[in-house]
Amino acid sequence: MEQLYTKDTQAIFWNNNKTAIQRMLDYDYTIQRKTPSVAAIVAPTSGNKFEKFFYGPDEVMIPLFKTTAAAKAAQPQADVLLNFASFRTAYDVTMEALEIGGFSSMMITAEGIPERLARKMNQTAREKGVIIIGPATVGAITPGAFKVANIGGTITNIVNSKLHRAGSCGLVTRSGGLFNELSNIIAINADGIAEGVAIGGDRFVGSVFIDNMLRMEKNPAVKYMILLGEVGGTEEYKVIDAIKSGAITKPVIAWCIGTIAKYYDSGVQFGHAGASANADSETAEYKNKAMAEAGIHVPASFNELPAMINKVFTDLKLADIPEPEMSVCPTVRSSKEFICTISDDRGDEATYAGFPISSVATPDTGKGIGDVVSLLWFKKQYPKWATDFIETVIKTVADHGPAVSGAHNAKVTARAGKSVVESLVTGLLTIGPRFGGAIDGAAEHFKYAEDNGLDPKAFLNHMKKLGIPIPGIGHRIKSLKNPDLRVTGLMNYAAENFPSTPLLDYARTVEALTTSKKENLILNVDGTIGILMVDMWRALGYSEEEINEFIASGTLNSFFILGRTIGFIGHVLDEKRLAMPMYRHPMTDILYDVQVAEEIK
Amino acid sequence: MAQKAIREYDAKSILAKHWDKYFPDFTYAYETVMVQNGSELKEAAKTASWLNEKTLVAKPDMLFGKRGKNGLVLFKDAKPGDVSLAKAASWIDEKSSSDQSVYFSFDGDTPTGEPSVDRLTHFVVEPFTPHDQSEEYYVSATCVGDDDVIYMSAEGGMEVEEGWDEKVTEVAFPITATEEEIAEKIRANVPADVADKDKAQFAEFCIGFFRAYRELNFAYLEINPFVMQGNKIELLDMVAKLDDTAGFMMVDEWGAVEYPTAFGMEAKSPEVEAIEEADAKTGASLKLTLLKPEARIWTMVAGGGASVVYADTIADMAGIDDLANYGEYSGGPTTGETKFYAETLLDLMTREPDPQGRGKVMIIGGAIANFTDVAKTFTGIIQAFEEYAEKMKAVDLKIYVRRGGPNYEKGLRDIKEAADRLGLYIEVYGPETHVTDIVRMALEK
Repeated sequence: MEQLYTKDTQAIFWNNNKTAIQRMLDYDYTIQRKTPSVAAIVAPTSGNKFEKFFYGPDEVMIPLFKTTAAAKAAQPQADVLLNFASFRTAYDVTMEALEIGGFSSMMITAEGIPERLARKMNQTAREKGVIIIGPATVGAITPGAFKVANIGGTITNIVNSKLHRAGSCGLVTRSGGLFNELSNIIAINADGIAEGVAIGGDRFVGSVFIDNMLRMEKNPAVKYMILLGEVGGTEEYKVIDAIKSGAITKPVIAWCIGTIAKYYDSGVQFGHAGASANADSETAEYKNKAMAEAGIHVPASFNELPAMINKVFTDLKLADIPEPEMSVCPTVRSSKEFICTISDDRGDEATYAGFPISSVATPDTGKGIGDVVSLLWFKKQYPKWATDFIETVIKTVADHGPAVSGAHNAKVTARAGKSVVESLVTGLLTIGPRFGGAIDGAAEHFKYAEDNGLDPKAFLNHMKKLGIPIPGIGHRIKSLKNPDLRVTGLMNYAAENFPSTPLLDYARTVEALTTSKKENLILNVDGTIGILMVDMWRALGYSEEEINEFIASGTLNSFFILGRTIGFIGHVLDEKRLAMPMYRHPMTDILYDVQVAEEIK
Repeated sequence: MAQKAIREYDAKSILAKHWDKYFPDFTYAYETVMVQNGSELKEAAKTASWLNEKTLVAKPDMLFGKRGKNGLVLFKDAKPGDVSLAKAASWIDEKSSSDQSVYFSFDGDTPTGEPSVDRLTHFVVEPFTPHDQSEEYYVSATCVGDDDVIYMSAEGGMEVEEGWDEKVTEVAFPITATEEEIAEKIRANVPADVADKDKAQFAEFCIGFFRAYRELNFAYLEINPFVMQGNKIELLDMVAKLDDTAGFMMVDEWGAVEYPTAFGMEAKSPEVEAIEEADAKTGASLKLTLLKPEARIWTMVAGGGASVVYADTIADMAGIDDLANYGEYSGGPTTGETKFYAETLLDLMTREPDPQGRGKVMIIGGAIANFTDVAKTFTGIIQAFEEYAEKMKAVDLKIYVRRGGPNYEKGLRDIKEAADRLGLYIEVYGPETHVTDIVRMALEK
C-alpha cells in the first residue's frame, strides 16, 4: 500500500460523533467524492437505523448498526475503522474489528488507554498487517481523497490550508493541534501536503514515524517529508537509520519540540504522555542534533521551520499543482423534519417508488393492486406470482360477515349517524392481537420454531410453556374432513406458483400433530396467510433478519387491515342504505350483577 | 503521566492481596505497617501483635532508595536485630521531627551531588528477618521498547546494583506472549548462580511475579531483595510504578493506592491539585505545572503540542527565569472548565507584582484547533477576565492572543471586545500570524 487512503476509501465510524462525521461529509462534498467517506456508523445503544447528515445542500442517510460485525457485513467495502470509543472501550472495539477482519487501517482517538492494552492492540494489528493510527490522535488525511474525522478542522480552514487537494509534502507529527498548524505553514510556504498522519500522543502508538514515512517514500505523490517530533522516545532514530541505509531517499525536514525540557528535571511532564526523556538520547536537542548530522534539514528553532520548508520546497522546483474544481458547502442549511422514501410528487407526475402513477394504473399496464402494494410498501417490483398472491390474500380477508367484532363496531357506529370514515375506524380499531392478529402471531411463532430447529412436538411444548395457544391453528367448525376452502385455495396457489414453501411444509407437520389430538386444530386461514407471506419473502431473497423486521413492524397485519377495510366499508354503506336507526342493545342480553360499593376507610 | 510511583507499603499490599493467585506454592506473612509517627506505630501494635512480639526494622517509605547508605534504615539498637517497638517509635519521631538530607547517588559509600532536603513523613515498619546472604535474590520487570523484560539474579541488595551486567539475567517477552511461553522461557533462563536445589522454586516464584506484573498493570516492579527459605518468602524491599491509565480496570485489584510526591519534590500547590481534580473529571485535558510562580510570563495554551512549542520559544527568547508555568488545555473543554482553568492562572499571576517592576505577560496561545470551539472556550476566559480585571490591571498585565480553528473569528472578536471594555491591554492574532510570533511581540514591548 503506497497510499493510506484513496478517493474511494470508505470508513465505518464507531460512535455516532455527529460533528466529526458531518465534517467528513462536508469535505467529501467539497472535493466532489462520488460516495460519502462514511459508509456506516456503529452506535451500540441507539435504536435508530440511520442518521441524517448534510451532503452539500442536501441530506443523506448513513446507516447505523449496533455492532461492528453488522456494519462490516452490510458495508464490506469499508476498510477503514474510525474508532471513537472512549479509553475504556477503545481496546475492545479495535480487537473485535481485528478479529472480524477486512480492515486495512484503524484510527483510534481515545487518550489514555491502559498501556498494556494499547501495546497488545498495536502488536496484534501489526501481526495482521493492519495500520493503526493513534491512540490519542486526531487522525490522518490524504488531501483530495479522504479525511479522518476532525483533522484539518473546519472546511474553511481546510481550504485555507490547501488540504482539499494533494500537494507534495508527506507530513508526520505526534501532535494533532500542531498537525493542523503545520498544514497551514506548509500551505503558505510550499504547495500543501500529499498525505499526513498525526501518529498520536500516547506513549504506545500503533504506527510510528518510520512506518508512515516508508510508505510515503513509495508514494509518488510525496516529493519530500516533514517530521515534527517531540522530546521522549527514540522513534526519530529509526528515521535516521532509514536515511543512512537508503530506505528513505526523499528530502526530510524535521524538528523535535520540547527543547525546554532540559531545564527541568524529569518531574515536569511537557506535552503528551509520550513526551518524557528517560535518557540523553531522548531529549529534543540530542535528537535534533542527530537528525541534522544524518542530513535531515533541521532548523535552528521551531520559529525558523517555515523558512526551512520554503527553502527545501523551492529547491525541488516542482511543477505547480493545478487547483481542482470544488463544490461549495452552503453555510446555512436546515435539516428536514420528514423523510419520504416511497413516493415523490415533485416532478411532472407523482410516482410510486419511481414509477409514474399512470404507468401502473390502467389495465393495459398489466399492473394490479398487488403491484402498487409492492411498490409503496416494499419499494420493489415483485414478480407476478407474488403480486398475485398479495391480491389473493387481500381478496380472501376482505370480509367475514357482520358478526365479527370489527364489522359489528362499524355497523353500530354507522347506525349512530356517524360518517363513513368514523364508522370505518371504529371497526379498524378492533384489529389487533385477538382480531386478525393471528396472521402476525403465526408467522412469528412458526418462523421461530423452524429457525431454531424445533420439531413439531418441541414446538408444541414451547408454546405450552409460553402459555399461549398456537396462533393460526384451530377453527370453530372446520376440520381436516371439512376443510376451509379459502385455505385450500391459498395452499393450492402456493403449491403451483411459489418456488418453494419451506415454512408451510413445516406448518403442515405441526398441523398433522395438532389434528391428531383434536380434529378442528387445523391450520386456519390466518395461519396460512402469515406462513405463506414468510415463504414469499424468503423466495424473493429477503434475509431472515429483514423478514423478522417485517413481522415486528406489523406488515402482516397491514394486509389484513387493507383487505378488511373493503368489507367494513361495505357494512357501513349497507347501514346507510338501509337507514337503520340508532342501535340499543337489548337489556335482556346483559347480565346485571351490581354490588353496593364498599366503603374504604 | 501514565506511569506513577507508589509506596513500598502499597506495592507489598497489592502483592499480598493477590498472593494466593500468583504464588500459590509460597507463603508470605505480610507483616508490614505504614505510619507517620511513633504514636501511630504504637496504636498499630494494638491490632498487629507481631509488632510487640518481634524485633523490628523501620525505614522511610517515600519513593527513594539508598536508604541504608543514607543511614535511614533502623535495624539495630545495641546490636543488629534488637529493635523494639518503643525504639522504632522513638526513632521515627526523631527522624520526622526535622528536615533530613538525603543523597540519591553514591560513589561507593561516599555521597555524590547535592542532597535533597525535605521532611520524612511516611515510614514502613516490619519484622527483622534473620537470613543468610545466600537466601537473598533479585527480581524486577518493566517494559523496554515494545517488550516486557524480567531481570533475575541469584544475588540481591547492593551486590546486584553494583555488578548488574555480570549478575543479572534478563529475558524479554513480546506483549502477546502466552503464559506457557513465559513460564517455559523463565524456567530455561534461571540465573546459573541460583543453587541447583533452588532453581525450580526460584523459577516458579519469578513466573508468578511476572504474571502479577502483567496482570496487575504495573509499569515497573522490583523486589530487591526477596528472601526465599523453602517456600517461605520475605519481601525485604520493593519499588513499584503503576500504569495509572489502567486505574479504571483495577479499582478492586489495587485498592486505595496513593501516588505520593517524591521526597524533596515540592508538594503540589492547592491550585495544581484543583486542576488535576478537574482534569480527572472531564473528557477534555487540563494540565498545569508551576515552574516559577513569581516569574512574569504566564502561558495559557491550548494543545499538548502547541504548549510545548510556546514553552520552547519562551525559553529560547526570554530564558526560563521569566517563565512561570507550563500547562495546556485541549480536547474541547466546556466554557465552565475553561473559565475555571483561566481563573486559577489569573489568581496565581496577579498575587504579587513583578519584583523588578516590569509588567506581567499572559500568552493565550494555541495552534489552529481541529475541533475545539474557540469562541466557546474564549467565553470561559472572558468570564474569568471579568472577575479578575482589577487585579490584572494592578500587576500591569499585558495579554497576547493567537488562535485559529472552529469559530475562531468570533472568539478573537469577543475577547478583544471584552478586554477593551474592561480596560485591559490586549493584542489579538489569528492563523495568519505564525503560532509563536506573539512571544516575540510580547518580549519586544
